[in-house]
Amino acid sequence: MRTRESTLWTWHLVAGAVILVLLGIHMFIMHLADFFGTVQGDVLEFSSVMERSLDATFAVMYVVLLAAALYHGLYGLRNIIFELSISERAERVISVLLVLAGVALFLVGAYGTLAVHSAQAGV
Amino acid sequence: MIEPVSTQGEKTDEIVKNVKFKVLRFDRDTIPSPRVDSFDVPVKKGMTVLDALQYIKENLDSTLSWRFSCRMGVCGSCGMFINGFPRLACNTQVLELEADVVDLKPLPNFDTIKDLVPDLAVLFEKHRSVRPFTLRKDIAELDNPSGEFFQTTDELQRYLQFAYCIKCGLCMAACPTVATDRRYLGPQALTQAHRYNMDSRDEGRDERKDEALGTHGVFRCHFAGACSEACPKGVDPAFAIQLMKRDALKASFGLLRKKKAAPLAPKVTSGKRMEGVPDAPKRTV
Ligand code: HEM
Ligand code: SF4
Ligand code: FES
Repeated sequence: MRTRESTLWTWHLVAGAVILVLLGIHMFIMHLADFFGTVQGDVLEFSSVMERSLDATFAVMYVVLLAAALYHGLYGLRNIIFELSISERAERVISVLLVLAGVALFLVGAYGTLAVHSAQAGV
Repeated sequence: MIEPVSTQGEKTDEIVKNVKFKVLRFDRDTIPSPRVDSFDVPVKKGMTVLDALQYIKENLDSTLSWRFSCRMGVCGSCGMFINGFPRLACNTQVLELEADVVDLKPLPNFDTIKDLVPDLAVLFEKHRSVRPFTLRKDIAELDNPSGEFFQTTDELQRYLQFAYCIKCGLCMAACPTVATDRRYLGPQALTQAHRYNMDSRDEGRDERKDEALGTHGVFRCHFAGACSEACPKGVDPAFAIQLMKRDALKASFGLLRKKKAAPLAPKVTSGKRMEGVPDAPKRTV
């Protein structure tokens, strides 16, 4: 009992779960670490940012979070638009535009993250 | 003749209060721009909104139109917007509304044919699109039945609640997604898709999926739950839709169990008919 839409929707849920975990880690480190006193110094300081981007785990996490958030957010936006009684043709055009926007934003973000990571690592 | 007596011992035909009915009037030819007409109705205990409409038609304005048939919450034809909520006129007592003014409008999310008569054609089209009947591969048996298909009481329970739907359209009128997405199949049709998917005698799940799990199927539901609140038969369409989403999720991960339609029930070979029980009537089709 699978359809194209049920597969897209399943990915939306999976991406939501990934965001929940990764955004949780992100929020904890960036905004709550001070509060819990687990990290010394300013996490937003340039040197701290660079230190994290050097760490491969952080770089991978950022790219995965980017992919999950983009897919989840853009599929959600598609949901909202599809509920406005537009024509099937308009639906197809919007799907294509959203995929293009998603891929473009992912490439920019992933390039940024990995470029900083490899520059830092001296690759 | 026995006098009608209420449980409190008063006469039930006593007029409790006068209620003002504000009714939205519309007719493509004679009232092209809708207007509101007011009618004062003397309300008695137990009087339904449907009774009040009959009173208006008989005594105040014979041109008022609405749809009804059974007068007892079974046929599903008298759905209307009563004081801002979709209800069956025959299933709603005027006094239970606890209001001195009662607003009557045709069901939202449908076109209006005249006054309180919604155009339900779209409801029936969507209902038909999910193939709400038993789909099986043994066509010969279906065309020429030789017995009954087997079903346990537990299997019956898995869909019985959803089979109580009377196609009144109240759930569709209540649904916020139906309000914006004209192509959304909506709670009524989707619940019936699930009702047949869950029937042990059916194996048509995959023939319903393109509609039920399509672009305007179950995934357009965001669980507002308005359908279940409005449903006069306790069908709980929102629940059926969530169950179908769960099955879709299972199917995505290959975890949905394969389904094979129930076979014919074994013929009763022994036993004695009780005295006085007549033969079953002859088949007509
Ligand atoms: C904690 C992490 C998150 C979880 C668990 C989550 C979960 C969900 C779920 C279950 C839905 C479906 C709701 C429905 O169909 O009624 C949804 C919709 C949506 N999500 Fe998320 N989400 C999360 C974070 C995000 C983020 C970070 C964004 C922005 C990038 C986002 C954007 C959207 C949009 C636009 C929709 C569609 C709106 C709607 O259907 O009501 N979500 N989310
Ligand atoms: S599910 Fe309930 S509200 Fe919807 S059409 Fe059926 S009986 Fe009416
Ligand atoms: S008249 Fe049949 S449901 Fe109301």
